[in-house]
Amino acid sequence: MKKIINAVDQVENQMIEGMVKAFPQYVSKLDCGNVVVRSTKKEDKVALISGGGSGHEPAHGGFVGKGMLDAAVAGAVFTSPTPDQIYEGIKAIDAGKGVLMVVKNYTGDVLNFEMAAEMAADMDGIEVKEVIVNDDVAVEDSTWTTGRRGVAGTVFVHKIAGALAETGASLDEVQAVAQKVIDNVRTMGMAIKPCIVPAAGTPGFELAENEMEIGIGIHGEPGVKKAELEPADQIVDTLLEKILADIDYSGSEVAVMINGCGATPLMELFVVNNRVADVLAEKGLKVYKTLVGEYMTSLEMEGFSISLLRLDDQMKELLDAEADTPAMTVIK
Amino acid sequence: MADTSKVIEIIKKIIADVDEQKLFLTELDNVIGDGDHGINLARGFDAVAAVMDTFEGKDIGAIMKAIGMKLVSTVGGASGPLYGTAFMKAGAYLNGKTEMNLDDFIGMLEVAIDGIMKRGKAVKGEKTMLDAMIPALDAMKESYGADGDAKKALDAGVAAAEEGIEYTKTIIATKGRASYLGERSIGHQDPGATSFTLMLKAVQALA
Repeated sequence: MKKIINAVDQVENQMIEGMVKAFPQYVSKLDCGNVVVRSTKKEDKVALISGGGSGHEPAHGGFVGKGMLDAAVAGAVFTSPTPDQIYEGIKAIDAGKGVLMVVKNYTGDVLNFEMAAEMAADMDGIEVKEVIVNDDVAVEDSTWTTGRRGVAGTVFVHKIAGALAETGASLDEVQAVAQKVIDNVRTMGMAIKPCIVPAAGTPGFELAENEMEIGIGIHGEPGVKKAELEPADQIVDTLLEKILADIDYSGSEVAVMINGCGATPLMELFVVNNRVADVLAEKGLKVYKTLVGEYMTSLEMEGFSISLLRLDDQMKELLDAEADTPAMTVIK
Repeated sequence: MADTSKVIEIIKKIIADVDEQKLFLTELDNVIGDGDHGINLARGFDAVAAVMDTFEGKDIGAIMKAIGMKLVSTVGGASGPLYGTAFMKAGAYLNGKTEMNLDDFIGMLEVAIDGIMKRGKAVKGEKTMLDAMIPALDAMKESYGADGDAKKALDAGVAAAEEGIEYTKTIIATKGRASYLGERSIGHQDPGATSFTLMLKAVQALA
């Protein structure tokens, strides 16, 4: 393993410290652990908290700020944060209008966030609601699985629900729009090179020089299949086919996110988007907004994901609303 | 079966065994999960080790509760809330006790399992730690009910837990991250069932 770190058990800490030192105008860290909150608390709004394992930077700490999240809790690499930390985050950001938790659908994340919500409700009487993001179409959603995984589409939930919360909307309204985004966003990813969790020291999976994994998860979990590497356009077609078949996108306007997994050059992400835009145009879908870059990474994994959000007028307006965070800025 | 100092001795063995087995547990998890079970559990029990000296003079219930709180706040993942809940429930059950017999242990395991099932919304047969825990509990109850021999009952419990691990190799995961693998999860043993068995073995060895 070759990494630019000091010690495997200090990575998360030092990452958060470094982020706070880089963006003191946006975020500060709570003393209790790796919990990042807005440096200036906004009163009289529903507060949004998200988080998960570390290793997905800029998610989620990079999205703390005006128009998006109020707090992000970072666990160990690829491991859910613990209930006591999430609880401290909830307490710190509650401004009397309740707290919405945006949780990616992994057993660990769901258990830890729900335990924290119970603590906040029981001990402090804070009203906490949650949405569970499950946008990954690679794995089947059936009674036989925990359900689909939450991946890069989560960033659209942060943006749109965060924008509505900023207007002073109620907890129910913010939860409803967050759920609307979840109902309308689908994602699928692939990788050509695995990543190494620092504490593990070895890759979570292996791929031969000419192989790729289609449908990979954001922790390097296996997806649909291993296959021989193909040109970018064919890979895009495979991913888009599955996404477009999952919900009826016909005739709708969409927001596109081409998300790099951590070690994919922007050059390649634009090559990907070139094909995505062409295919969507062929299908008669109007692209309202495109995001290309790193939003939900997987350490140094080499690969990308495509997210497609089916928009309505409310979501369009909220997507365009002002946001000012370390990793996403929208200027009105 | 065990007084407070024996319980502390057992906890120390669990800490050492989890540490020794952490790479093995992590390898098991690599195949069907996200490869962090051993690392996470070891981090939690290391944190327990760091506060062992505060257990001095506490009753068994308080010790178990303190362990549960520590695990919840340090392990993360799914196993943190699950094992944390189990130890906290066990602590509440053993509240005030400075001595426990096998009846207490069986009762404690029963409430711990109940806590895990509620927290994880899981039942037996989904390729989880419950597939070692529930058979172990049943076997101990049966054996202890038959002849009241605590040692024999613990042996029966460990044997049933080990059979439970073997059983997890034969079934498809429907809970947790392994569930995404569907049939590909067959043939691999569940890391949670394995770590529970490791803990029960520590009780068997010392109690």
